[in-house]
Amino acid sequence: MSGPDVRHVVEPLLDVRGLIAELDTPAGIARAVDGLDFEVRAGETMALLGESGCGKSMTAGALMRLLPDVGYIAGGSVKLAGRELTTLTEAQMRESRGSDMAMIFQEPATSLNPVLTVLQQIGEVLATHRGLRGAPARARALELLNAVGIPDAARRLDEYPFQFSGGMKQRAMIAMALAGEPRLLIADEPTTALDVTIQAQVLDLLARLQRERGMAVLLITHDLGVVARMAHQIGVMYAGQLIEQAPRAAFFTRPAHPYSKLLFDALPDAARHGRGELATIPGSVPPLTTAFTGCRLADRCPQAWSRCRDEAPAWHEAGEAQRVRCHLYDPAETARAAPTATAPSTVVADGRIEAGQARLLSVRDLKVHFPIRRGVLQRVVGHVRAVDGVSLDIRPGRTLALVGESGCGKTTVGKAILRLIEPTGGTVSLDGQDVGSLSRSALRSLRARMQMVFQDPYGSLNPRMRVGEIIGEGMGALQQGGDGMAVARLLEQVGLRADMADRYPHEFSGGQRQRIAIARSLAVQPALIVCDEPTSALDVSVQAQILNLLGRLQRDMGLAYLFITHNIAVVEHLAHDVAVMYLGRIVEIGSVDQVLGAPRHPYTKALLSAVPRADLDAATLPQKLTGDLPSPADPPSGCHFHPRCPRAQARCRTDVPVLEGHDGRQAVACWFAD
Amino acid sequence: MIAYIIRRLLYAIPILIGVNLITFLLFFVVNSPDDIARMQLGAKRVTPEAIEKWKAERGYDKPLVWNAAAPGVAKATDTILFDKSVRMFALDFGRADDGRDIALEIRSRMGPSLAIAIPTFILGLFVTVSFALLLVFFRNTALDVGGVVLCVAAMSISGLFYIIGGQYLVSKVWNLVPISGYSGGLDAGKFLILPVLISVVGGIGASARWYRTLFLEEINKDYVRTARAKGLSELHVLFRHVLKNAMIPILTGVVVVIPLLFMGSLLLESFFGIPGLGSYTIDAIGSQDFAVVRSMVFIGSVLYIVGLLLTDISYTLVDPRVRLK
Amino acid sequence: MFRPVFLWSDILLWAMVAGCIALAVYCRRQDYLRRAWRRVGESGVAMASATILAAFVSVGLLDSLHYQPRLPAQEGSSEVQYAPEVLSALDALVADLRLNKEKTYSAPLATHAFAKETMERDGVQTRDYPRLKWGGAHLEEVAGRDSDLARRAASGAFYGLLLWAVVVGVAVGWMALARGAPYGATCRTVWRPDTATTRPIAWRAVFVTLAVLCVIGGVTAAWAAGYHVFGTDKVGQDVLYLSLKSVRTALLIGTLTTLVTLPLAVALGLIAGFRGGWWDDAIQYLYTVLNSIPGVLLIAAMVLMMQVIIDTHPEWFETAAERADARLLALCFILGLTSWTGLCRLLRAETLKLRELDYVQAARAFGVGDARIMARHILPNLMHIVLIALVMDFSGLVLSEAVLSYIGIGVDSSMNSFGTMINAARLELSREPVVWWSLAAAFVLMLALVLAANLFADAVRDAFDPRFQWRARRILKKVAA
Repeated sequence: MSGPDVRHVVEPLLDVRGLIAELDTPAGIARAVDGLDFEVRAGETMALLGESGCGKSMTAGALMRLLPDVGYIAGGSVKLAGRELTTLTEAQMRESRGSDMAMIFQEPATSLNPVLTVLQQIGEVLATHRGLRGAPARARALELLNAVGIPDAARRLDEYPFQFSGGMKQRAMIAMALAGEPRLLIADEPTTALDVTIQAQVLDLLARLQRERGMAVLLITHDLGVVARMAHQIGVMYAGQLIEQAPRAAFFTRPAHPYSKLLFDALPDAARHGRGELATIPGSVPPLTTAFTGCRLADRCPQAWSRCRDEAPAWHEAGEAQRVRCHLYDPAETARAAPTATAPSTVVADGRIEAGQARLLSVRDLKVHFPIRRGVLQRVVGHVRAVDGVSLDIRPGRTLALVGESGCGKTTVGKAILRLIEPTGGTVSLDGQDVGSLSRSALRSLRARMQMVFQDPYGSLNPRMRVGEIIGEGMGALQQGGDGMAVARLLEQVGLRADMADRYPHEFSGGQRQRIAIARSLAVQPALIVCDEPTSALDVSVQAQILNLLGRLQRDMGLAYLFITHNIAVVEHLAHDVAVMYLGRIVEIGSVDQVLGAPRHPYTKALLSAVPRADLDAATLPQKLTGDLPSPADPPSGCHFHPRCPRAQARCRTDVPVLEGHDGRQAVACWFAD
Repeated sequence: MIAYIIRRLLYAIPILIGVNLITFLLFFVVNSPDDIARMQLGAKRVTPEAIEKWKAERGYDKPLVWNAAAPGVAKATDTILFDKSVRMFALDFGRADDGRDIALEIRSRMGPSLAIAIPTFILGLFVTVSFALLLVFFRNTALDVGGVVLCVAAMSISGLFYIIGGQYLVSKVWNLVPISGYSGGLDAGKFLILPVLISVVGGIGASARWYRTLFLEEINKDYVRTARAKGLSELHVLFRHVLKNAMIPILTGVVVVIPLLFMGSLLLESFFGIPGLGSYTIDAIGSQDFAVVRSMVFIGSVLYIVGLLLTDISYTLVDPRVRLK
Repeated sequence: MFRPVFLWSDILLWAMVAGCIALAVYCRRQDYLRRAWRRVGESGVAMASATILAAFVSVGLLDSLHYQPRLPAQEGSSEVQYAPEVLSALDALVADLRLNKEKTYSAPLATHAFAKETMERDGVQTRDYPRLKWGGAHLEEVAGRDSDLARRAASGAFYGLLLWAVVVGVAVGWMALARGAPYGATCRTVWRPDTATTRPIAWRAVFVTLAVLCVIGGVTAAWAAGYHVFGTDKVGQDVLYLSLKSVRTALLIGTLTTLVTLPLAVALGLIAGFRGGWWDDAIQYLYTVLNSIPGVLLIAAMVLMMQVIIDTHPEWFETAAERADARLLALCFILGLTSWTGLCRLLRAETLKLRELDYVQAARAFGVGDARIMARHILPNLMHIVLIALVMDFSGLVLSEAVLSYIGIGVDSSMNSFGTMINAARLELSREPVVWWSLAAAFVLMLALVLAANLFADAVRDAFDPRFQWRARRILKKVAA
């Protein structure tokens, strides 16, 4: 029934050789995983890194033999502890799933069964693989919940997933995965759906559990920061293939493959703030239905030459234990200089406009409350204070980043400023005109002055309209005469071709769609654009393109941005000023250097230290935040942050701190700020 | 949760009033009682006296909504609206054209109707859900494709042919059970087995196909992948995970018809000569007995609204997200 | 020679045909609609069903060109008189079937009546099955019937195939011209398309179905020239004729019903979902009330009331055909009134979802007005639901017509429909021997119509509903050992 029992310490726990997985799609057979070779040892974390559409998740599915209905393993071998998995019968494979190898998924919200309690869902694993039922199963489940750090575990065992917060759900998922005492844990983007502070907690938990149990972990992620924090070994995937394999230290000091280098260069961070554009990778990942002949990166690689297009590269040594699938490292090509990182193409003068100019947008004490109705007669019994007294200013040509975790009300602020949501209180004035008091027709002319770019590039363009119509709509609505010439000019301005105006949105990639959305907002020549997480749905390389575009437009046209985001790295790269929001209020506001360089509010500090950095000295002292974001329907008294604050004292529980700054330092709402 | 149910209960009141108003409009305003009398009496016998007599026999000789001639409260109560429509709220339906009390008739005919409807409902639900699960278990195989084709073919055949064909084959050619009729007590079995079977078979196509789509929608969800990653067997995944979630949309369609079972089935009862409410309704339609049709419309709506309430309550039983919020 | 008669249902039906053509032109221009219809065209089942439906539709349309024939001029009168009877183009085409009645029942393709009669033969009173007036009347010897049938079947099939060959030859020629490819190559790609690289329109399914239809039609026509192919009913009418006439009724009920109430459902669903608040409450109340009355009972009540109106106003209708037509339209309207609620609720829910989408928010940020947002952003994204409802409802309505006519609240009893056919024939099952042919004819034609409609509707839904798209076939490839 089982494979050879004798195992050597050095022998890898998971050994994948030549794995091929295919999908039968309408466009043809897509080879999502194409000849993968890698191994993972016990107690070691192997990270598979890559952009979306690279076949990372398909790899995980192939290892578990849990592919979508249209997918199948077309070749190769997977050995777990010496036992070949691809030839097992389905019944044998089931025994392996959940006990030898377990898996956790990206979306804890949908990955748990909504109508079964947590105990029932953990109990299934215990019953199937450990033969535990009844009281012993309950005791074991309790141990597991305690081990993953779920407070009040005895009570929560009998609760349903919807009663858990996002982070707690992921902990429950992990407990479920541990229940079968697996030797290999596959974590598929385990923290992508979580906020940074929660992400830090979950990553720490995973690292601790791995140490304690000596598990092997296969971590699948697109986030270099998460890799830096967690991985021992790294494999970079591109278009279904591994293209570089290296130990952590080597990878972060000397990434070898041009693609890996580009990934690093495309990452926004403070080092290049205001001084240059990010390196971008032109184009996007080719569809996996392509029949490749040469290197799969050839069309996007800045160093590609004819050989790259004609001949698929083999593995070459690039250093100790570092392998690259690139012709540049072919000993026969030593004539070609070892590639250097491509420097950012242009160095532009700092486009900052000096402070002191008149305010473009001024928001004072903005409030948006949503009523909560309960009972037989649906009376209003309270309010969700989504935005509770926010004040901020934006000057022409500058960028204010509004930073916070999900549910803190930052998107609501953006929509309330544009009056897409009617504010409950406070004033918004643009060019000194009070937006809130305007009539419908007066508001319409003001709409030309401020526009919005939305988060989801797939939901923000009407699939039934041509690109030209989409861009022309704003001009038409505001009587600005949207003719074909104007549309063509706008398309070229955002880096698209003029003839694309006749196409429909579904023909474009996510990044291109976001460009169209930007062109649409530019059509009315606004002075301010509210950008609501415009890059969070995009891959790093595409994000860099969009950030560069936004930067260029700001310099050329003097646009001001209200940039709503949760991504600190993007803020560092592009913002002039930063406001940090927590539960409907701004807790700290000031210039980028002040807030990110010398944060004063304990929440800002925790937030910054929770962000995983894509470098080797990532192990700075993280200021751990415990607990979850409270509900804005029932916010804590006094300072909203006090239940999670390491410095909280009696006063914080009763008095609301005022947002104040002295001596030219940034304003901060904390009784005990630095 | 209790507040939720109370709210749904309160919401039922204006709906019942609306239904009542619609029936009143339909039966007394669209056509005046005079028109109806003229048609029912037939062209030959229409005289003003005959019309008046016909109206008086049925209590249609009163004013529609306001009786100016009557004293006091009777101004509002001694009208057709009050007599024929408002009284229905108290389940007082008046008399049929043959002079029998409608409420009494309904009570005595409920039994035979339920005797067919309940076994049909239970057996039908069981058979269709199992069939759909079977198709889903063998999804993407020839068995599934064949099953779906069978379902589409089955739902393309009129219900009339199921009954006619069933009666002809089972009763006439094979002589297994009586062709029609009914009797009380245990004897009823031999009369009921055929109609129940026919209506179960006739219903399989459409429902099984619908349930299959529901199951397939669930089976593509993330939590099913999680369940499989735990190493659970496909059957376990289907029954414990998929079925439990798919029950929520299935309940919407199923619970709401439970109270309507009282109404019986029009076609089956008339073909098989079963003295239930369905055949009562058909006979009333055939003989244009408006009092009976009106009563059945009202009862049907009351039962439907009860069904809606039951649906809401059953949600709280299956879906913890509704129960605990 | 005749005077055209325009019944209301004819006008609506032809308007619908015009609407379909307009819609087709519109679909060609709209990229997403063209792609979705193309997906329908790629499905062999859908194209085969569409061919069968087209055959039914052409029968229905032929039956919708009505006229009154001129009566022969009376002696000494110059006044032109028209027959009170309203006929259709179909009636003219199959005049043989319509006019050659028997006395009563006769079995399909029979030469003798179903019941014995007392008659005189060679001066002796005997009881025997009499020869039919039309069915097999041309036969000298009754024993020659089988060979006669076989001969007719062969020639019918031959002419059917000939017709098929001409049609297909022209169609392929047209395709070759459009593609600019040689004729032979076009034939080959139509018959065996290259499915590995392209997803071609399933013309082969169309042509094969057409061949089957042509053969069946040819044989039936050849037989019908001398026999009652489906027998005759109680009053001696040809059952094949009755079945053909029923097609129009079924088509009308299936399409008009949804169409007449479509504007209501779309408008109310859109307003309820988009406006919300007071509007939403009122519309939801309206459809909950209507929905809470069990469908059959509401229809029964409304039909009974409609009957009273029609019966008390005989002066409104000039001919019996007009009265039956008015009743049919009223029935469509009543069926529509009781069934719009489902579509309205669907549209409302979808509008609620669409209203919150970013592109609607973006339009709002430009100050685009509500009416324009509804017309440009919401309605086009609802059209697939409307279309799916239209095709999905069709078969259900055809089936319900039969049931309603059986209960006695369907179409006018003088109107030919599957329901009236079944109703008239169902009691005859208890005869000995059984009179089965009317039921069988209704069964076969209804099954063909409804099954084709269901299969076509499924394909349309798969092509238009994003949730059903490409539920792919699984290729069961085993891992190389």
